[in-house]
Amino acid sequence: MTDYRQKYQMTPVIGWLLKDRGGMILLGILIAAAILVPASNLLLPESSAFHVPTWMVSLLGKYLCYALLALSVDLIWGFCGILSLGHGAFFALGGYAMGMYLMRQIGDRGVYGDPILPDFMVFLNWQELPWYWHGFDMFWFAIVMAMFVPGLLAFVFGFLAFRSRVTGVYLSIITQAMTYALLLAFFRNDMGFGGNNGLTDFKDLLGYSLQSDGTRAGLFVASCVFLGICYTVARGITQSRLGKVLIAIRDAESRVRFTGYRVEYYKLFVFTVSAVMAGIAGALYVPQVGIINPGEFAPALSIEIVIWVAVGGRGTLYGAVLGAFIVNYAKTFFTGAMPDFWLFFLGGLFIAVTLFLPKGVIGAVPAFGSADRQSLFTTWRKRRANEGGKA
Amino acid sequence: MRNDMFSVLRRSPFSLAKTRDVALRLGAVIACLALLVIATPNSAQAFSDEELRNIAEQLNDKSATKKVAVIEEMAADGDPRVAPILKAMLDGDLYVRDSDEHVVIATKKGKVFTHIDIVSGEEVGESSSKELSKIKINNRLRGALRDALATLNLFSPDLNIRSAAVEQIMDARDPAMLPLLLRAIDREEDETLLARMELAQATMALAAGETTEERLSAIDVLASETTPQIRAVLSQFVASAEAEGYEPEVVAAAQDALESVEGRLSTWQTIGDVYRGISLGSVLLLAAVGLAITFGVMGVINMAHGEMIMIGAYTTFMVQQALGSILPSGSAWSLVISVPAAFLVAGAVGVVIERSVIRFLYGRPLETLLATWGVSLVLQQAIRTIFGATNQQVTAPDFMSGAIEFSTGLVLTYNRLWIILFSIIVVAGIAAVLRYTAFGLQMRAVTQNRRMAGSVGIRTGYVDALTFGLGSGIAGIAGVALSQISNVSPNLGQTYIIDSFMVVVFGGVGNLWGTVLGAFSLGIVNKFLEPMAGAVLAKIFVLIALILFIQKRPKGLFALKGRAVEA
Repeated sequence: MTDYRQKYQMTPVIGWLLKDRGGMILLGILIAAAILVPASNLLLPESSAFHVPTWMVSLLGKYLCYALLALSVDLIWGFCGILSLGHGAFFALGGYAMGMYLMRQIGDRGVYGDPILPDFMVFLNWQELPWYWHGFDMFWFAIVMAMFVPGLLAFVFGFLAFRSRVTGVYLSIITQAMTYALLLAFFRNDMGFGGNNGLTDFKDLLGYSLQSDGTRAGLFVASCVFLGICYTVARGITQSRLGKVLIAIRDAESRVRFTGYRVEYYKLFVFTVSAVMAGIAGALYVPQVGIINPGEFAPALSIEIVIWVAVGGRGTLYGAVLGAFIVNYAKTFFTGAMPDFWLFFLGGLFIAVTLFLPKGVIGAVPAFGSADRQSLFTTWRKRRANEGGKA
Repeated sequence: MRNDMFSVLRRSPFSLAKTRDVALRLGAVIACLALLVIATPNSAQAFSDEELRNIAEQLNDKSATKKVAVIEEMAADGDPRVAPILKAMLDGDLYVRDSDEHVVIATKKGKVFTHIDIVSGEEVGESSSKELSKIKINNRLRGALRDALATLNLFSPDLNIRSAAVEQIMDARDPAMLPLLLRAIDREEDETLLARMELAQATMALAAGETTEERLSAIDVLASETTPQIRAVLSQFVASAEAEGYEPEVVAAAQDALESVEGRLSTWQTIGDVYRGISLGSVLLLAAVGLAITFGVMGVINMAHGEMIMIGAYTTFMVQQALGSILPSGSAWSLVISVPAAFLVAGAVGVVIERSVIRFLYGRPLETLLATWGVSLVLQQAIRTIFGATNQQVTAPDFMSGAIEFSTGLVLTYNRLWIILFSIIVVAGIAAVLRYTAFGLQMRAVTQNRRMAGSVGIRTGYVDALTFGLGSGIAGIAGVALSQISNVSPNLGQTYIIDSFMVVVFGGVGNLWGTVLGAFSLGIVNKFLEPMAGAVLAKIFVLIALILFIQKRPKGLFALKGRAVEA
């Protein structure tokens, strides 16, 4: 036990960061991107071969938000075995918090010109702002809410679920039910979140126009920075002693519990942190795409996040980032080039990755693969050989 | 009754001409009435020929107000000869003949107008349009004519027209109709319609009645009915009691009647909610029962379950298309053939999925979940590519269309009734397969102890494949039923997948009866919440309740008991 502590808890932050090869590469790329992409977008002339067009900056920024979302899912799924099929809900809640701030920023420039009420409320004949919209005219408040609301939901939901030992697929199914319930709720006009259409027509953020190249580049940098910070935090958690307990819970929950750990508190902590990260991702996502609507709550979208993680490589953190980029780039490509083929591709990806690449793309690279890397077929054949597995 | 002797006499102009004298001479009103009854054919005529002719001539008055008054007067007595006149006037076929100032109905044949006498209904000559002047009507008159015709329908020889007219009166509740209705009641012979008419009379007598007794007896009649309509009549009466200054005892009686009607209506409302709940429950059950096998018995999270339902629905569509040329539309046969077809197609797809994907993932439920989600995306897109994204039309057979309607507002549609029955049959069938067949025995053995089952010679892999095939086939059968009530589109499965999982998780994994109970209780709870909260909120509440329920009982209503510790 003493050795264990010395080895993992006492190691200084820089120490484990340096040992994390994939993480170093990721952070390096993020820093480079945060400097080079905005620079080439803003400083180089459009004719230059190295000029990054603004749409590309926004697209990359969007991918970065997805990557952060994937990171948050990997933190709980890869390291604690909690397969959340409702993480899109935390993402969307963070997005709505930011969207509410951006709505309030529109002020009297809306179609109906009401200085306080957003357009859709005027349209619905609402006389005054609902109580939960107050405070969202302040940026700091919106940012706090973008983290607090998903965190609170995750805390309450997790507290209930983990305390009563809802695990495995049951947890997956009720997280799905949670996001589905939120989807239905946000579709209602009475909820005061714009119903079907959601929140859109944003004008500016902190006084900077969302259309301008500078703002977009700024948002891109912010996405890079937050992804870097969240990565470091997540890595810090997984490297700490707490992280080791999480991994132990993933691999043998009952055993950890019998050893005397309060499994539910560990799970609750990491689940809440993960939800806050998803909320941040949502808050960064909304100003870059310019809209947030209830569609973000769709259960199908939440399942898609899981495949990003699986494709990249579950339980590696940087793999999740890579997976988010690969799958979303594929989505952008296919939905543009051959829209009919996209679902075939995505569906095939789900099947192929679970069957043939249990460790994802990262796992296929020998330098990053861990010692226990083996195909599911091998595991399966082994189990069949000694007829040990119980369905 | 208002039929005093003179009006009775006035009503018998023709055939009673001879008997009238006799009757008068006898000086006995009763005898007269008796004779009237015997000689009824023309008793409906309220006007004498001359009167009818005179009053019809007034229709040509210049003032529209006067015309309306005339129309109302003509209609008020319920003379069957009036209806064609007013009808002709409405259609613009009523003219005044310039030669003798007679009103005639004229129809154009070529260039010639044929005149029809309004009293006798016979042809009385023809002329060109020059000799006729049309009786002009405007929109106000059209309205009045339509109203008048509606009241005259009360006296139509056709029972259906009469009952429609009664319903119309019941809806309108215009006190002015009361005298007319009373006369219709006098003459009505059909028992059912008579009851309706008396009810209609009571609804009007309530407000328009002149004495306390009249009102009280009206309330008596109303109190025995159980329809939303009567509740509206009574509550309206009670609400306006103060303003109108009705007698206190009448108001009290009305209040009592209202309460008793409301009491019975709310019972019916509850029955209706239960029925709708069972109906929704049977749909949920059908959607979930296949999942109860794949998830409940095998422990396989089959996210492609919804797509199996979709495949079943598309099979139904295909069967209908294939048999469309042979069978008449609306034939039950294509649906009957679809059931085994859908079972085989979806079952075969299930076996293929099990052998090619799922068998490598046993014991890894989360991976299974992801892989089957992938399968579901591929299947959805495949169907979309083959059939297109639009909804396909599956026609309902005759025995499934239509409904049983109760006057209390409860409507039982046949398709829902059949689906309830069908779901029961399906569940009973599965229970029988599990309980009584060799395959069911092997299946249970493999579920309980795979190694032991293998040791005694059961081919576990084979049983796995067939079990998954059975679950998928059942989903296909569910698709046949669901094709009757929802859109057959590539998204069909998605609509049901979350609900199905909720049902299975709620009911408890590995227990068929848990699934049955889960489906029906979710359905009923949902439908009971709906009137209070609206459909969407009700669904949200049910989902939240389920999430909370799973905290209490993480393994559902009926958990398998045992010492197994997972992981």
